[in-house]
Amino acid sequence: MKDEVDISKVESIIDVYGSDREMLITMLHEIQAEYGYLPRDAMVLVSSRLDLPVGQVYGVATFYKAFNLSPKGRHQICVCLGTACHVRGASEVLQSLENTLGIRRGESTEDLEFSLETVNCLGACALGPVVTIDGEYHGNMTPAKVKTLLDNHLQEGDGV
Amino acid sequence: MRCLLSTEDLSEARRSLEEKGGDRVRIMVCGDTGCLALGGAEVRRALDEEVQKRGLAGRVEVLSTGCHGFCERGPIVVVKPQDVFYQRVKAEDVPRIVELTALRGEVIDELLYVDPRSGERVVQEEKVDFYRSQKRIIIGEIDRIRPGEIEDYIAIGGYAALVRVLEEMGPEEVIDELKRSGLRGRGGGGFPTGRKWELCRSAAGQPKYVICNADEGDPGAYMDRSLLEGNPHRILEGMLIGAYAIGSEQGYIYVRNEYPLAIENLHMAIKQAKEWGLLGNDILGSGLNFRVKVVRGGGAFVCGESTALMASVEGKRGEPRPKHVHTVESGLWNHPTNLNNVETWANVPTIINRGAEWYRTIGTENSPGTKIFSMVGNINNTGLVEVPMGTTFDQMIYEIGGGIRGGKRLKAIQIGGPSGGCIPAELTGTKIDFDALRELGSMMGSGGMIVMDEDTCMVDIARYFVEFLKEESCGKCTPCREGLYQMGEILRDITSGRGEERQLDLLQELARVMRDASLCALGQTAANPVMSTIRYFRDEYMEHITGKRCPAGICRDLISYSIDPEKCTGCGRCARACPADAISGGKGEPHEIDLAKCIKCGSCYTTCKFDAVMKV
Repeated sequence: MKDEVDISKVESIIDVYGSDREMLITMLHEIQAEYGYLPRDAMVLVSSRLDLPVGQVYGVATFYKAFNLSPKGRHQICVCLGTACHVRGASEVLQSLENTLGIRRGESTEDLEFSLETVNCLGACALGPVVTIDGEYHGNMTPAKVKTLLDNHLQEGDGV
Repeated sequence: MRCLLSTEDLSEARRSLEEKGGDRVRIMVCGDTGCLALGGAEVRRALDEEVQKRGLAGRVEVLSTGCHGFCERGPIVVVKPQDVFYQRVKAEDVPRIVELTALRGEVIDELLYVDPRSGERVVQEEKVDFYRSQKRIIIGEIDRIRPGEIEDYIAIGGYAALVRVLEEMGPEEVIDELKRSGLRGRGGGGFPTGRKWELCRSAAGQPKYVICNADEGDPGAYMDRSLLEGNPHRILEGMLIGAYAIGSEQGYIYVRNEYPLAIENLHMAIKQAKEWGLLGNDILGSGLNFRVKVVRGGGAFVCGESTALMASVEGKRGEPRPKHVHTVESGLWNHPTNLNNVETWANVPTIINRGAEWYRTIGTENSPGTKIFSMVGNINNTGLVEVPMGTTFDQMIYEIGGGIRGGKRLKAIQIGGPSGGCIPAELTGTKIDFDALRELGSMMGSGGMIVMDEDTCMVDIARYFVEFLKEESCGKCTPCREGLYQMGEILRDITSGRGEERQLDLLQELARVMRDASLCALGQTAANPVMSTIRYFRDEYMEHITGKRCPAGICRDLISYSIDPEKCTGCGRCARACPADAISGGKGEPHEIDLAKCIKCGSCYTTCKFDAVMKV
């Protein structure tokens, strides 16, 4: 399947850094910020502009957890599984979210409304368990609280 | 923006900024990620609106600072000049704060911290028990300045150490000062910093690089994030001094992807430093050239390892390489490279300003100075704590941390992240420094300190770290990749009631192989959490293996929930709290749990007010 990607944006991202291979990870970050994931065509373009084998670009993209090779949901939920969150019940919070959304960690709902991710530590350890929704931090979560949180976030989001 | 040309210009700028400070009313709001998560952004917005609405713009100034450390009590607001310390502030408290405290100088009792021992309300920050026993020489200034304003840093004495170095000290003298201070790497290894600088300085080859390792991956540790978010100029100043001493013109700061605010504030700080002539060519007319690039990580724990980090900076997969040749000789792009952790760099200006002799008066003989810990987990006062090395766990937990949450019993302290170990409650009299922790089978790591109460299962904790590292192992070397996988399988057996006693020997054998044969520190230390828990909590392992039960009630396969029909009043709270819809029952009638649906999250257990939910 061919991605429908406006390649010109990728071109301009690469242009900012020239063909500096050192900036490969930074470029991938920016491409992902633009498209929400790393489209195939964009990767091929990066590889030819930086004169790197496509395999090497994919090697980097798959090594780092920050990169997605497929589109993610409109709302991104992330559960912190750092130690401080773990000892305060983060795995129960995750399980409750998996249950409510009907997906497992790393997956997106079929309607691409939500993606559920986990992270090993967000560094907001004093407030564990922490869940972020679209980059917004929510501390002291419990299995019961996340359900309310999800409803509230949806209402706010739709209200705009 | 001004461009400073000489060191005299910088001193002059400081004098004029100091005078400007005066005793205006200033409301300082914590703008750290932690307080923001607790509603700090709304408080800030409300303050701005209130000040504008009342036309106080010239009289009352609202400033967002970095972390105050006492994250448990966020959002934190301090009103100056009286230094009134308000905690757990909400947006609706703002009109009162402006009216009563900022304008009339009155104190609002309800917003003060109440000392749990004396029951008294405390007005000033330094009198709060959490702060009293700390020695905040590195993080103390974070809550006095705005991270986005270089003037604030300069006004409190920032970049004075750089000036001193450029004016009065040769590169060797700087290295000598660092060596005499006894500063050891705060990233966890504890390698003497001055010695590292010296090795890099004397290494052959140009250019040389200095790197700030801000890939703070240890779960439970966030002092580096707070330093970068709250006081980025201190890190830049440390790196500038290092660059001068080592002879480098290019620096890198490698920040983990999960710290967006730290990255933003660093970019801002670098831009300002350039405008002020503190980065670039001929810095302060001294002839020193230095530039800094921020590199954003990709979410890989292993990149905290120095050689993996350097591969990542080069735009490659972050895989470590053997260190037969040390990175100070051949690091980034095969050039001599000096890498230090954020907190280490942050110590440098203080050592130059106050001198090595003064620095050595703090801490222990072999570990001078302070250490910043993030004290988190099942403790009352969570937050960032800076104490002299040699402070005991007991002092930290009870004097500063206010004891264990919910009046529970302390079981263990996990320190050092996934490379560290669990220290049992019996050993909390230990004085914390690099060597003492190593003797206990743990390590300093970056200073994440997770306090665990009696409801924590130590086998589960061991399994947690093994699963963590299994995911994060880069897979390059077999002992780490396969060893962790096998350890994970064994621990899964034990935590699900299928374990056998001989598996404990197998775990120890695997641990030895991984320690001796892994390529990098990730694999070499990966077994520490398993080994330390077997060493101190063998009984608990045996309970899982022979008794087929989890004494702490954590391992899901070994527990189940049920409702006591005698005690259940049929109030329905548990059914509403259940995220799996596993609880049913008519109003006023005893409820029941459908074990097929139950996900064992414990929501019903914590919600029930009548002790009717039983965990066995």
